[in-house]
Amino acid sequence: MTARTSDHSQPITVAISGSGGSGALTAGSILLAAAQRCGRYGLMMRAAGPQVRGGESVAILRIGPTPVTNIGDRVDLLAALDWRNIERFVDELPLDSDSLILFDPDSGPVPDPIAASGAEQSGVRFANEAKAQPEGRANMVAVGVVGSAIGLSLTALSDAANEILANKSVETVRATQACITAGYPKPALAAETVPTRSAKRRWRLSGNAAAGLGALRAGVDFVAAYPITPASEMLEWLAPRLEHTGGNLVQAEDELAAVSMLVGASFGGVPTLTATSGPGLSLMTEGIGLAVASETPIVVVDVARGGPSTGLPTKSEQADLDQALYGLHGDAPHLVLAPLDVGDCAFTTEWASRLAERLQTAAIVLSDQALGQTRAVIDPPAAAPPVPGRKRVDQDRAEQSPGTAGTAGTAEERPAKTAFARYRQSADGISPMSIPGEAGLTYTADGLAHDERGTPSSNAAHHRAQLAKLADKLNGHDYGDAWARRDCGDDYTHRNGSRPISLVTWGSSWGAVQEAAMRLREQGVAVQTIALRLLAPLQHEAMRRALADSGVLVVEINASGQLFRYLHAERVLPSAARSFARPGPLPLRPAEVLDSVRQLFGPPELERTEAAAISDAGSSRRLGGQA
Amino acid sequence: MTATTTPTLRARDYLSDIKPIWCPGCGHFGVLSALTKALAYLERPKEDIAVISGIGCSSRLPAYLDCYGFHGLHGRALPLATGLKVARPDLTVIVAGGDGDGFSIGGNHFLHACRRNIDLCYIVMDNAVYGMTKGQASPTTPPDWTRSPLTPNGPGIPVFRPAAIALAAGASFIARGFSGDPHGLSELVARAILHPGFAFVHVLSPCRTFRPDDQSDWKQGVHPFTDRARSDAEAVPALRVDDDGMGIGVLHEADPTAHSGPKDTPADTDRAAAIDRIEAELEV
Ligand SMILES: Cc1ncc(C[n+]2csc(CCOP(=O)(O)OP(=O)(O)O)c2C)c(N)n1
Ligand code: SF4
Ligand SMILES: [Mg+2]
Repeated sequence: MTARTSDHSQPITVAISGSGGSGALTAGSILLAAAQRCGRYGLMMRAAGPQVRGGESVAILRIGPTPVTNIGDRVDLLAALDWRNIERFVDELPLDSDSLILFDPDSGPVPDPIAASGAEQSGVRFANEAKAQPEGRANMVAVGVVGSAIGLSLTALSDAANEILANKSVETVRATQACITAGYPKPALAAETVPTRSAKRRWRLSGNAAAGLGALRAGVDFVAAYPITPASEMLEWLAPRLEHTGGNLVQAEDELAAVSMLVGASFGGVPTLTATSGPGLSLMTEGIGLAVASETPIVVVDVARGGPSTGLPTKSEQADLDQALYGLHGDAPHLVLAPLDVGDCAFTTEWASRLAERLQTAAIVLSDQALGQTRAVIDPPAAAPPVPGRKRVDQDRAEQSPGTAGTAGTAEERPAKTAFARYRQSADGISPMSIPGEAGLTYTADGLAHDERGTPSSNAAHHRAQLAKLADKLNGHDYGDAWARRDCGDDYTHRNGSRPISLVTWGSSWGAVQEAAMRLREQGVAVQTIALRLLAPLQHEAMRRALADSGVLVVEINASGQLFRYLHAERVLPSAARSFARPGPLPLRPAEVLDSVRQLFGPPELERTEAAAISDAGSSRRLGGQA
Repeated sequence: MTATTTPTLRARDYLSDIKPIWCPGCGHFGVLSALTKALAYLERPKEDIAVISGIGCSSRLPAYLDCYGFHGLHGRALPLATGLKVARPDLTVIVAGGDGDGFSIGGNHFLHACRRNIDLCYIVMDNAVYGMTKGQASPTTPPDWTRSPLTPNGPGIPVFRPAAIALAAGASFIARGFSGDPHGLSELVARAILHPGFAFVHVLSPCRTFRPDDQSDWKQGVHPFTDRARSDAEAVPALRVDDDGMGIGVLHEADPTAHSGPKDTPADTDRAAAIDRIEAELEV
């Protein structure tokens, strides 16, 4: 254990658990903040019991010298402040015989479900140690112990505690510092302390905050939303910050209102966004269709939870893809995007907003609880690729013939009726848009089928023209390389006639998939990962080219293989492509992907042949394709 | 902004060149006419006006005006207008729709728009029927109206009382008008537009096609509402007990600044600098 925890060249996963009020999550937050100060990367997920507030909880952190993309396969170190209701978290805490459990012997022996892992056990009297300090708390002793075990300097821990407890009383902060110091050297873990390198610019934020930042970067100035877990934090992050950037946030009476408020604000010329989760997305779908049909840009971020119905509000699943793709009635082409990691929530949300503005359509961004509520220490995320802004009439005046429009008019010659063709056909399908306040360009936007002026029409030719325009403008746009994150490694080639492996995934599953690919490469397997950021419109040709002549496995966290079915229906997958799809809410682990690759493609060391490709064993679903 | 160059507009200048699809004799014509009169009276530039509606015969109104308009979703005109007004407080935002649109499918938004008190003028053309879908009972249809095959024994539930409900929900301006009196109605609409908060104008607007018998006597039935509802304390009994639903005039007017919606915090002048500061929070 000493060797393992003090080896800072590898990521390490630690968990802190405790019953309600024990402060396990606060301890986790301090450790993450200290890791940031020590120049490490990391992420922290949390799991909690069913209580509305308080109750048992566990903070799981993975800290490493290089960017940490997923929570890993196992827990190296569990610090248990007490044992109450710990059995709730057995699935979240994959301990094994190489793990170490630090527990307080005063709260009893290690319970069977945890002891069964075979992990090494070591007693630390957290509570007793804390009692030695006035107002001392056991969780802060644990911060000292765990911090020292994973090589975070005492200064970093102490500064991090000051930051996280900034709102607490002087006495509490003083007691905290004393407890951290008391816990720090004991037991004597030969961990090496990493010096604080605060010079290095590194960010700590949640995926929800990152998505909010992406919205601000894109110029979003109007947000309307109805609270829902796990999206609310994004709204709460945005509300005070929009005040600084000059925007507005309205807490709507429901999601039906929220989405309509976006359409109204956007009609007024302002970039808009809302955040919700599955149940809210269901209520918003009619409004999203209105945005599509009336060509009014809006962005809806779905921080997905497990479904169906109210489902698993606090836990993650990638099961809203079908709804995001197909949930609107009629032929209603729109954008569907998915961020791939915490930092990418900023990139993808910004890009989605810029695309929606340019293409005058609705964008659904599929984040999820695993991204939204995970806090991570990351390099600052890149800005989204530039996209020209909303096409306005003045930019386009030269080719514009707005009928008899015009403001100029003397008292004698009264202004004529406006006949602005708001939905005029154009080469790229994007019609120049006027906004209220612009004289001579008045029009009525409409969700009814309409002609070029927006006047309702049930004429077949008008309907066909409108549908073609809606599809053409999305399909004709050049999305560049950002449609996917593709990583081919250094050596993605055919070996001795065997085909390389393509791991295709989307959204929050990217992290575990890319780590699995790295390990496969270490074993000499030629493998690439393709994580889709732009799910609709699908980049068929680019996708087919990228997958050419490889064995394909599609990885996702939902029961029915929604991405796999979609890609098959869109005919971008080779017929022998395979699916690894399992429901949430447990986070995807690299080992699961490796197991699936082994089962489906044979032992990775072996040269892959067509015949050996398919194994019937194992848990992964195979939804189509013949060997 | 164009006030100096725009010639004085007549009511008919606010009409677009699109011909209404309404049945001959439909009450909604009177509302359209009253609205154009009010706009001309207020001398609002056409481009600074946005008329937002839902779905229904009444909700077709925006396209008949030469202003900005949005014909959106059934029941969702108020939130759409709320978003527009919050994002663009410089505009005059008018909301128009029917009794089904506003009191049934959009009923929740109605309550919250009253509470929120954002500066909107909301005109509901109440014909106590779903005209567009061919004659079903609406929330204001009497319980014993048996003409709809959907509810052959009548809807059987007490009517929705828009004015009383608006009052209870906190509306700061409530008026009732009659589409057969476009002149009086235009005055009410003008006052509602000028009211600097949420202003609700309940318009009795007969459906010639689906309520031909029961609504022809509205002309005789309407009478001036005794304007004694100055404070909430008086207005409540007046609207709940005395109101027979046919009294026209301003029913209630309160100081809209008493609760004038969310406050605006002044933003930092430099947006990019504000984002830089926000990003800096994320570092150590
Ligand atoms: C979500 C939804 N449900 C139902 C309809 C069908 N629909 C269209 S208009 C209407 C009723 C309109 O009645 P009202 O608002 O009173 O307007 P009127 O036609 O009487 O002026 C209904 C039910 C719809 N368009 N959308
Ligand atoms: S059906 Fe009734 S409400 Fe609709 S246009 Fe005809 S008369 Fe007017
Ligand atoms: Mg009606």
